[in-house]
Amino acid sequence: MGNINWGITEEQQEIVDLIDDFGKERIVPVRAELDEKGIFPADILKELAQMDLMGLYIPEEYGGFGADHMGFTLAIETMSKYCIGVSVSFAANALGADPILIGGSDEQKKKFLSPLASGEKWAAFGLTEANAGSDAGGIQTTAVKKGDKYVLNGTKQWITNGGEADIYTVFAVTNKAKGSRGVSCFIVEKDTPGFSFGKKEDKLGIRASCTRELVFEDCEVPAENMIGREGMGFLLAMKTFDVSRPGIAAQGVGLAQGALDEAVKYAKVRKQFGKPIIANQGLLWMLAEMSTKVETARAITYAACRSLDAGVKNISKVSAMCKYYAGDVAMSVTTDAVQVFGGYGFMKEYPVEKMMRDAKILQIYEGTNQIQRDIVGNSLVKEYASV
Amino acid sequence: MNIVVCIKQVPDSDKVTIDRETNRLNRAGVPSIINPFDENALEMALQLKDKHGGKVTVISMGPPQAEQALRTALSHGADEAILVSDRKFGGADTWATSYTISLAIKKLEDVDLILFGKQAIDGDTAQVGPGVAHFLDIPMLTYAQGVEVTGETFKVNKVTEDGYEIWDIDKPAALTVVKEANELRMPSLKKKMAAKKAEIPCWGYDELNPIDENIGLSGSPTKVSKIFAPPVKLNKEILSGEPSDMIAELIKKLKEQHVL
Repeated sequence: MGNINWGITEEQQEIVDLIDDFGKERIVPVRAELDEKGIFPADILKELAQMDLMGLYIPEEYGGFGADHMGFTLAIETMSKYCIGVSVSFAANALGADPILIGGSDEQKKKFLSPLASGEKWAAFGLTEANAGSDAGGIQTTAVKKGDKYVLNGTKQWITNGGEADIYTVFAVTNKAKGSRGVSCFIVEKDTPGFSFGKKEDKLGIRASCTRELVFEDCEVPAENMIGREGMGFLLAMKTFDVSRPGIAAQGVGLAQGALDEAVKYAKVRKQFGKPIIANQGLLWMLAEMSTKVETARAITYAACRSLDAGVKNISKVSAMCKYYAGDVAMSVTTDAVQVFGGYGFMKEYPVEKMMRDAKILQIYEGTNQIQRDIVGNSLVKEYASV
Repeated sequence: MNIVVCIKQVPDSDKVTIDRETNRLNRAGVPSIINPFDENALEMALQLKDKHGGKVTVISMGPPQAEQALRTALSHGADEAILVSDRKFGGADTWATSYTISLAIKKLEDVDLILFGKQAIDGDTAQVGPGVAHFLDIPMLTYAQGVEVTGETFKVNKVTEDGYEIWDIDKPAALTVVKEANELRMPSLKKKMAAKKAEIPCWGYDELNPIDENIGLSGSPTKVSKIFAPPVKLNKEILSGEPSDMIAELIKKLKEQHVL
């Protein structure tokens, strides 16, 4: 946006343009209804599959498009300008697939990533439980080895794409004594006996997305569906978050950009005291602050993506930084956008009230913004340990 | 099944402005798009291909930049594209254009169906589709909103002013397609990337070997004597006041005019 050269490649720009057209033509006309009625955007995901976008992040050898992190993040950002309820339903597929991409065997990748790449199947990530939120190591779902199978018992909570997805990466305790090193990750398919879905949540925002419980009752999963080795689960989850958090940051950047676009357009046409409200310095400066926040959030988000693409080893800090910074920016910019709209902003006829409700989740999911600050702080402690 | 879709590149009418002094369209810098009705013809072809297999070839006659419209069609799913372009074809009216396009289609083998949009949004003549069918001497139906393949014929649903008609039409056939038929699918990323690099053959005078008297401006029987914007003679009245009062006043006026 604007006149900043972000070094976007021609291919990345094609992705942006394609999704931008899609957002305007297919998401904007339906987003208010999806939000109001809490309708999962299945038709949109199916169309994204026809457009080769469900496999955007999956390597070509498994049938995907093979975009880099930057390209995929730009896709999420662009879609998020129009609705993050839709963009999270899209991006949660990648979150569900990331453990397989990061730690899966070639057979697992072939078997499970190919149908995700074509969009024939959808994915979800199952870590959170009622007593294991920020304290992800405290999960209680268990997996007990029985012959060539593992038997899963427990309940996962608030799982995005729960019930809609076909392939789930689920974290369960295989050795309680080892704490977080006793957690393993399993690929569980939807129709597995003993695997069912609990209630669908009614939410403040991102209401188009589906958030449900995953219930495992003596659910037998083939041992070959374990990703990596026993005990690698927690590490895999953390590595997944390193990759996925810039995607959440991109949701924040896109959402904030969408709110800014609406606010500036409105401030130019809304007249009070005989002049457009943008002619008031108080409001103009507000818009300037909003724009600066969007661009700085974009900068740190792209920096994280470029670090990932460059293969930088430990990116937890920048990944956490962009997640919390862009999430906080989205909350602040959408709140200000409602303010620019005044009373109209509070009404459902205009898109900014939804944007403000949607923004809140960005400070909570994929690790609260307080946990992100912990990660950044702890990285500092390590970095300065020898100084 | 081999389907040919004829498309035209037109100025994006949503983005065209009018020169206030001359009342002419400001054409410079206006982005070009595929004629919107041709998008419906393309989607009809793609749906037939999805169902029955085969190949969709898009043809556009126009200046070299019409190649961009063909690349867009490829990104939406067309298999091949052919540009019909030559300085000698310039200035062609609908008759000469129909003739020239028919020569290009004759070069293709085993064409089962030729689709056109119902008309182009710039000229609005709706003549090139029927014109091409005439030169190819094949049956043609206009205003199609649906088509099914039934053995050696097509069953076509044709929109009429008061409903629709179902026709059987022999292969090969030509149809013009209405907006109600469908909505063009979004482009695919892989096809979009491939379309950027696709080799699009350009067929000109040498490839089509036309009769000289039938092409270009000199081969066009239509002579444009004058172009002008019709004077606007509308009684215009702007209401003001509270919205509820304005609505009441508007309803009253519409009733007076027997519109309501």
